[in-house]
Amino acid sequence: MIKVTIDDIEIEVEEGTTILNAARMIGGDVVPPAMCYYSALPGTGGKCRTCLVEVAAGSTKDPRPMPKLMVSCSTQVMDGMIVKNKTSERVIENRAGVVEFLLANHPLDCPVCDQAGECDLQNLGFENGKEATRYEEERRTFEPIDIGDHIKLNMNRCILCYRCVHVANQLTDQRVHGALHRGDHTEISTYIEKAIDNDFSGNMIDVCPVGALTDRTARFKSRVWFLNPMNATCECTKCSGKAVVWMFGKEVYKVTTRQDKYGEVEQVDGKPQWLCDECRFDKKDVSKWTIEGARHIDRHSVISQGHYEKPNPLDNKPKNIK
Amino acid sequence: MQSLTNRSKMVSDKKMTFLEKLYLPAIFGGMIITAKHLFRKNNTIKYPEEQRVFAPVYRGQHVLKRDEQGRENCTACGLCAVACPAEAITMVANERKKGEEHLYREEKYAEVYEINMLRCIFCGLCEEACPKEAIFLTDRIVKTDDNRPDFVYGKDRLVEDVNNRIDVSRRQLTGKRKEK
Ligand code: SF4
Ligand code: SF4
Ligand code: SF4
Ligand code: FES
Repeated sequence: MIKVTIDDIEIEVEEGTTILNAARMIGGDVVPPAMCYYSALPGTGGKCRTCLVEVAAGSTKDPRPMPKLMVSCSTQVMDGMIVKNKTSERVIENRAGVVEFLLANHPLDCPVCDQAGECDLQNLGFENGKEATRYEEERRTFEPIDIGDHIKLNMNRCILCYRCVHVANQLTDQRVHGALHRGDHTEISTYIEKAIDNDFSGNMIDVCPVGALTDRTARFKSRVWFLNPMNATCECTKCSGKAVVWMFGKEVYKVTTRQDKYGEVEQVDGKPQWLCDECRFDKKDVSKWTIEGARHIDRHSVISQGHYEKPNPLDNKPKNIK
Repeated sequence: MQSLTNRSKMVSDKKMTFLEKLYLPAIFGGMIITAKHLFRKNNTIKYPEEQRVFAPVYRGQHVLKRDEQGRENCTACGLCAVACPAEAITMVANERKKGEEHLYREEKYAEVYEINMLRCIFCGLCEEACPKEAIFLTDRIVKTDDNRPDFVYGKDRLVEDVNNRIDVSRRQLTGKRKEK
């Protein structure tokens, strides 16, 4: 076990932990935002630069500060390391700059985008960005395309986090989807417009932090804040069958994986609860699901408007009443 | 105890004098106040012969605007509905098809857009929330009716006519939009 200090809070973590994960163990405001790192997908991270932190002292042995800001998702902690996130002016200023870069080519079409309301880029911009844009150049644009029957790719909105590429690599047996070209010209695409119809490819919709990959079966059906997310399970031989069904009245509008507070798929005993495409796209009928109850939604989220969790009467029962 | 304002009065239950018991001075006092009002300027007007001038920020019946090319501005983003404290707005979105580009400005449009004028409290928050400058409150008055369902205004009554535009420039010249 080694000791690190993040924003003046000390914690003991195992060797080999990244700064980001150490911060997540503390939780709360010290956790840097992460757009490309995804805990359930090994190899992700290091692309978006939103998780930059200042390392004020490298370790007890060598307490010199690191000259540049470090990516917390891919930097491992050292014994005696002192990290500054929220307490560092430099980090705050740099993060605003990173947001500006991520938005440089972004179309800002939130009113049209299905991801609005549950979009990591919106949250990032809201919390760390500047109010106005200074960008005057022509933005690069693409036509939205269908990759397969179920997924819409809107390349304009992509921030090139490569999470979906890792999904294709790690969850599907035959990858037909990846990144083309380099640098500023990079675009996510499929192998010559090949349809994506692998059993687990639907998960790339959930890992995509923005609205670049969206569910065609739920396209423009409603906005997330009008839907009621419910925890539900179903019998499935291919996947865990643990999902969140987004209901509008008695209708199921969309099905997604269960996500933790960082927007990453929930893990049970270290196993990510991915959903197969059949559960995700074809079971749009309540009778196919066993509803466990309302999913907890943070009250700061717009989704919590009109979303009521029934209080369990047994939870608050005074102790002296039998 | 010290009073917060100097307007508080001590209450007493002393016996009324004979003059007070007659009540006549109090009645005359009241009559004089009434009579004074006869010669004051009226606060009311004789509607509909006379009509008041509306303030530029008057909030009446909504309009869904079109842009210069006659395309509907609204993209069914749902922000007006989530901002509405009276939950008066509902909508169903649809995807714009090829060849409909002259009808709708964005890829997505409102196929159904309804405001229940009985629920609406004309607060103008929908206008405030709209990112597309699509919905505005105007100086038109919502007509009376004796049938409740008729107060649910659909797109037929909300979207402005291409050839008969509704001027909202007066509203845009006031308040926060003016500063921009
Ligand atoms: S499509 Fe989404 S998941 Fe894939 S690289 Fe772009 S932003 Fe990331
Ligand atoms: S004016 Fe206020 S109450 Fe009426 S529809 Fe708009 S937001 Fe709702
Ligand atoms: S009127 Fe404006 S706020 Fe309401 S759905 Fe249309 S674009 Fe969105
Ligand atoms: S989350 Fe660390 S670089 Fe993207």
